[in-house]
Amino acid sequence: MTSNGARARIGADIGGTFTDLVLEIGEKSFSTKVLTTPGAPEQAILDGIAKIVALAGIGMDEIGEVIHGTTLATNALIERRGAKTAFVTTRGFRDVIEMRTENRFEQYDLNLCLPKPLVPRRDRFVVGERIAADGRVLLALDPVEVDRLADDISAGGYESVAIGLIHGYANGLHERMIRDILLTRLPSLSVSIASEVSPQIREFERFNTVCANAYVKPVMASYLNRLVARLRAAGAECPVYLIHSGGGIITLDNAAAFPVRLLESGPAGGAIFAAEIAARHGIDKALSYDMGGTTAKICLIENQSPKTAKTFEVARTYRFKKGSGMPISIPVIEMVEIGAGGGSIASIDAMRQIRVGPESAGSEPGPACYQRGGERPAVTDADLLLGRLDPATFAGGSIVLSRANAERAAIAQVGVSLGMSAEQAAFGISEVVDENMANAARVHAVESGKDISEFTVIAFGGAAPLHAARLCDKLGIAKLLIPPGAGVGSAIGFLRAPFSFEALRTAYVRLSGYDADEINGILDDLTEEASAFVRAGMGEGACEVQCHAYMRYVGQGWEIPVDVPKHRFGPDDAPLLKGWFEAAYARNFGRPIEGPDIEIVSWAVKASSPRRPVARLGELAAAAVAKPAGMRRLFDARRQVYVEAGVYDRANLAPGTGISGPAVILENDTSTIVTGDYDAVVQADGCILIQARAH
Amino acid sequence: MTNNPFDDVRMQVMWNRLISVVEEQALTLVRTAFSTSTREAGDLSAGIFDRKGQMLAQAVTGTPGHVNAMGEAVGHFIREIGPENIFEGDVYITNDPWRGTGHLHDITMVTPSFHKGSLIGYFASTAHVVDVGGRGFGPDANEVYEEGLFIPIMKLMERGKVNRDLVNIVRNNVREADQVVGDIFSLAACNDTGHRRLEDMLREFDLDDIDHVAEFVLEASRRATLERIAALPKGRAHYAMTCDGYNEDVTLALTLDIGKDAIHADFAGTSPVSKFGINVPLIYTKAYACYGLKCAIAPDIPNNAASLAPFVVTAPKGSILNAPRPCPVAVRHVIGHFLPDVVLGALSQVLPERVPTEGASALWNIHMSVRARTDAILAEGAKERAEMLMFNSGGTGARPALDGLSATAFPSGVHTMSIEATEQIGPVVFWRKELLPGSGGAGTHRGGLGQVVEVAPAEGYEFHFNAMFDRIANPARGRAGGQAGRGGSARLDDGTIMRTKGRQFVPGGRRLILELPGGGGHGDPKSRDREAVRSDLADGYVSLKQAVDDYGY
Repeated sequence: MTSNGARARIGADIGGTFTDLVLEIGEKSFSTKVLTTPGAPEQAILDGIAKIVALAGIGMDEIGEVIHGTTLATNALIERRGAKTAFVTTRGFRDVIEMRTENRFEQYDLNLCLPKPLVPRRDRFVVGERIAADGRVLLALDPVEVDRLADDISAGGYESVAIGLIHGYANGLHERMIRDILLTRLPSLSVSIASEVSPQIREFERFNTVCANAYVKPVMASYLNRLVARLRAAGAECPVYLIHSGGGIITLDNAAAFPVRLLESGPAGGAIFAAEIAARHGIDKALSYDMGGTTAKICLIENQSPKTAKTFEVARTYRFKKGSGMPISIPVIEMVEIGAGGGSIASIDAMRQIRVGPESAGSEPGPACYQRGGERPAVTDADLLLGRLDPATFAGGSIVLSRANAERAAIAQVGVSLGMSAEQAAFGISEVVDENMANAARVHAVESGKDISEFTVIAFGGAAPLHAARLCDKLGIAKLLIPPGAGVGSAIGFLRAPFSFEALRTAYVRLSGYDADEINGILDDLTEEASAFVRAGMGEGACEVQCHAYMRYVGQGWEIPVDVPKHRFGPDDAPLLKGWFEAAYARNFGRPIEGPDIEIVSWAVKASSPRRPVARLGELAAAAVAKPAGMRRLFDARRQVYVEAGVYDRANLAPGTGISGPAVILENDTSTIVTGDYDAVVQADGCILIQARAH
Repeated sequence: MTNNPFDDVRMQVMWNRLISVVEEQALTLVRTAFSTSTREAGDLSAGIFDRKGQMLAQAVTGTPGHVNAMGEAVGHFIREIGPENIFEGDVYITNDPWRGTGHLHDITMVTPSFHKGSLIGYFASTAHVVDVGGRGFGPDANEVYEEGLFIPIMKLMERGKVNRDLVNIVRNNVREADQVVGDIFSLAACNDTGHRRLEDMLREFDLDDIDHVAEFVLEASRRATLERIAALPKGRAHYAMTCDGYNEDVTLALTLDIGKDAIHADFAGTSPVSKFGINVPLIYTKAYACYGLKCAIAPDIPNNAASLAPFVVTAPKGSILNAPRPCPVAVRHVIGHFLPDVVLGALSQVLPERVPTEGASALWNIHMSVRARTDAILAEGAKERAEMLMFNSGGTGARPALDGLSATAFPSGVHTMSIEATEQIGPVVFWRKELLPGSGGAGTHRGGLGQVVEVAPAEGYEFHFNAMFDRIANPARGRAGGQAGRGGSARLDDGTIMRTKGRQFVPGGRRLILELPGGGGHGDPKSRDREAVRSDLADGYVSLKQAVDDYGY
C-alpha cells in the first residue's frame, strides 16, 4: 500500500512491437514494457497492468484511471482490416475518394501505383441531392430514394456506413436525414456522417475521413468494450480515457463514436511528453525529435504547445512520400515523419551516392550487428562502428552487437563501390541520415515560418540521443535536452494530457463583409461543441478555450492559422482581425501584401481542462565534474577524425554533474553522444542538458 | 569523386542540401502564390545554378514543362544582362516564351547570389500567373502580340531598388493586377529564401563558393546518365502520332537515335505551325521530350545541366514543335503534353517491357469567365463576375505489367482542385465529376479510365469558356494487341456539340458536359486475368457488354 488513499494513474501506449505502461501514484512512478499482442491488444494491457501494479505494490482497485493510446485504428487502416463499409454520397460524385487529387506523387516512376480507395467502387452508393456552396438546398433529397438505398445496404450485408455529401460541411441536413432513415430501417448499423466527423471543406479529404471513421468504428468499439470488460473482471472499476491525435484525452464513448480521432495518438503522446519537459525547463521554442527503429518524427512546440494542423496523412504507401497515403482532416499534432531510424538500411544509388532508408531492417533480421542474419548495413551498424554504441551493454546486454558483422556489411554494400573503409562508410551512412533528418526539420520549420536555429531540441526514442548532437550541429541549434524515461515517453505524455477537444469547421467570412454577430455565432457554436466533449470527461468546471481562424488573402489557396484571442466581436472589430492576420502573414512570409481582401476559411475552437501547473526548474550549471568510467575511440563527424571520448554511466550521474564533450553517456536502451563542441550538465529532473560551447 | 572519402561524403551531403534548398525555395512559392495553377496545381519550378549558369538542382514540382526550359533560361539572362551589369541585390525577370518556359503566362525570375561580395551562382524560379492581359488564357490568338504583355529579359530590381516603372506597366496591363504583382514579388522572395539557405550551407561547411560541389554534382550526374545510355540497345526508332490540333489534325513525328553517349530525338516530319495558340517554342519541346526519355531511362537521376545534356532534342524551324516568334503559343501545353507519348512510343521498340502505351496525356484545362446575366436579380453582395481555371485529367496508358491510372495526370504532374473550393470561388455548379465507365482501352492490362464532368453556371449567371481539349477525334492507341482508349467529347446537355479548342458560350440553364478520354490498353484483352475482369465488372469499370465483346468473358 502506498500513499494514503491516492489513486494510481496509468498510461498505456500500444505500439507495433511493445506496449509501454507508466504508473504514477503520489510522487512515485513506475514503468514497464510488455510485448504487444496484435490478435487481442487488450491482453498486453492487462498483462502490463498486472505487472506494473505488482511493481508499485498496489491493488487493481487502487487504479484511479487508465489513459490509453493505441495504433489499433491506424493499423486497421494500413492493413485494411476494418468493417465491411458502404459509402453514400451525392449523385455524380461516386469516385471522389478514388480520383484523389488526380496527380502522381512521384513524377518519374512509370510503374507508380496509387493507393486503393478505402471503400471500393462497388460499395459506393449515390443519392440525388445537392447542397450549394453557401449551404442552400439546390436539389432536395427524396426520402423514397433513401428507402431504396436502405434495401441495398441491407442486402449488401454492410456493417458500417459512411455518409458524405458535397458541401455537407455548410449544411448537414441531408446527411442527417439519410442517417435517420437508415437507422430507422437498420437499427444495428454503425453510421458516421461527414458533417459531424469532419465539417471541413474539400470533398476528397472529408469523404476519406468519414470513410476511415466508419471503417474502423466497429473494430474500435468492440476492442474498447472488451478492454473495459476485462479491466472490470480484473477488479479495476476505474474510467478509461483515450488519447486523441490532437494531444488531449476524451471519454471512451466519444472515442468509440469518433475513432478517426484516435489515429496517431501514440506519437501525440511523445509530443506532450516533450511539451511537459519544455514547460519544466522554461523553453518557449522546442523541437521534439523522436527517432526509433524505422522512422524519425519531428514536431515544433511553441510556448509549450505542440503545433497542430487540421489535416494529415496516414498509411503512406511509398517511401513516406507526401500524397501516397490517405488524407484525414481532423485536428492533429503536426509531425513530420521520415524513414530514418536505427534500422534504416544504407545502399548506393546510380550516382554512387549513399542513400539511407526508408527501408528498415526492423527487429528481424535487424541491423547486421545484431547477428540475426542481417546482411545490409543499417544506421545502428554505423553507430557501432563510429564508437557510439557499446557492443557489450546494448539493450541492457540482451543483444550482443558484432562489430565484425557491421564492418562486413558496411564494406560489402557501401565501401567496395566507393573505395571506403568500413569506418569511412559508417561515417557516410551516419552523415546522410543526419542530413535527411536535418533537411526534414528545416523544411518543416520553413513551412511554419520559423527559424529552426532558435529552437531547443528535446530528443527521445532509442536512436535519437545518438544522433541529436550532430543534428543540432547541422541545424545551428545550440541547446539540446535528453530526458530520462525516453523509452516510454509517449505513455508518460498520456498522463500529462488534459481533457481536450478541438472543434473545427469551414465557414467563409470575408473581412469586407465583416459581420460581428455571424462570427460570434460561429465561435459560440464551436465552443459549445468542444466544451461538451471536455465536460464529459472532467465534469463541470470552466474549460480553457483557444480560438484559431484559418485566414488568407482572397485568391490564395493556402490558409495560415491565426490566433484569435478570446473576444466578443463588436461591429468595429474588423481591423483587429486584419491586424492579427497581417502579423501572422509577415511572420510566415516576410511581409503583408497590400491590396487584396482577406478571408477566413475555417474556424477552430479548442477547449481543455485547466492545465496542471508545472513547477519550473532553474537551469543547473556544472557544480562537479564527472569522472569517466573509461575512454573510448569516438568519431567526430564535424572534424572527421577519431577522438578519445570519456564514457559515463547515466545512472551514476547526479544533478549538477558536468561533462565535457567528446563523451558517451551510457544507459540501458541507448547512449547519449556529446560531440566535441558541446558540454553536458545533468539537471535536477535527470534531463541531460547539452549546449554548444561558447567559442 | 574526390581523392578523399571524407570529402566525398561532404560533397554528397552538400548535394542533398542543394536539393533541399531548391525544394524549400519552391515550397515558399507555393505558400504565397495567388495564381491557381501555381498554388493548387504545382505549375512552378525553382532551381540553383553555378556562376556559369549551369543548373545544379531543380525542385521536383508539378510540371515537367520547366525541366530544362529553366535550365537554359539562366544562360539567356547572363548573356542579355551582361556579366558587367550583374550586381548584388539585382533581380531579373522575363516572360519571353522563347527564352523562358514557352508562354507569356509563365514569369521567370533570376536572382544572382553573392557571398562575401563575389558572385557565386544564381537562383531561378518560374510561376504561372493569373493573367498577362491580351485575350486571356486560351488558344484563339493568331500572334503572340494578342496573347498579352511581353516582358523581355530585364531588371526588376537593381541593387535592391525596385523598377517601379515596370511594376506600373504590369499593373496596368493585366486583369488581376494585385494578384499578378503579388506573384512577381513571391517569385523574388522565394529566390531570397534559396539564397539564405545557401549562405547557411557555405557557413556550415566553411566554403567561399560552390564551385567544387558544382563540379562534383555535374560529374556524378553525367557519369550516371552516360552509364544508363550505354546500357541501352543502340539504334534508331521512328514513331508518329496524330492529335486533334485546332481545326486540323496535327501529326507529331519522331526519329530517335540511341548512340553511345547521347540520345537524339529529332521531330522532322512534324506538322507545320498552327494559326492558333497551340504552337510550341523549341524550349518547351525539349522539356517534355526530355521528361519522357528520363522517365524511362534515368528516372532516379536528379535534373541538372549534366544529367540533361546527353538528351538532345531538335525540331525543324517552322514546325509546330519549333514555332518562331511571333507565333501564338498560349496553350502550348496541349501539344507539349503529347511529346512523352511520342518518345515513349519510339522507345517501346527498344524497351518494350518498360514503357506505357498512349494515354489521354493532354490535361483538359478549362478556363471559365462567369458573368451575371443582364436579366438576373442577384442577391446583395453576390459576385458580378469570376475568372476560374480548373484542371481535369483522363486516363493514362496501360503499362506492360500494370493497368493504366484512371483520371490521373501524365505527363503533367498537376493536382486537380476540390470542386467545393472551386464553387466557393465562383458562381458555377458541378453536377458530376466521376470516372467514365468503359473508357479505358481493353487489354491484358487495361488503360486508365477517363472521367466525366458536368458544370453549369449558377442560377442568374452564364459563362464563356476557353476549350483546350484534345483526343476527341484521335484517341489514345493501344499497343501489343491492346485496344484504343475511348476518345473524349465536349457538348451541352441539349446535345449541342462544342469545339475542342477556343472560346465558347454556355448560357444560363445549360450544362457543359465533358467526357475525358481513356488510356490505351496493353496486350491482348482475351489474355486479361479473369479475376481482374470480374473485379472490373463488379466495380463498373467495364460494362457486361465490354467484358463479353472485348475480353471474351
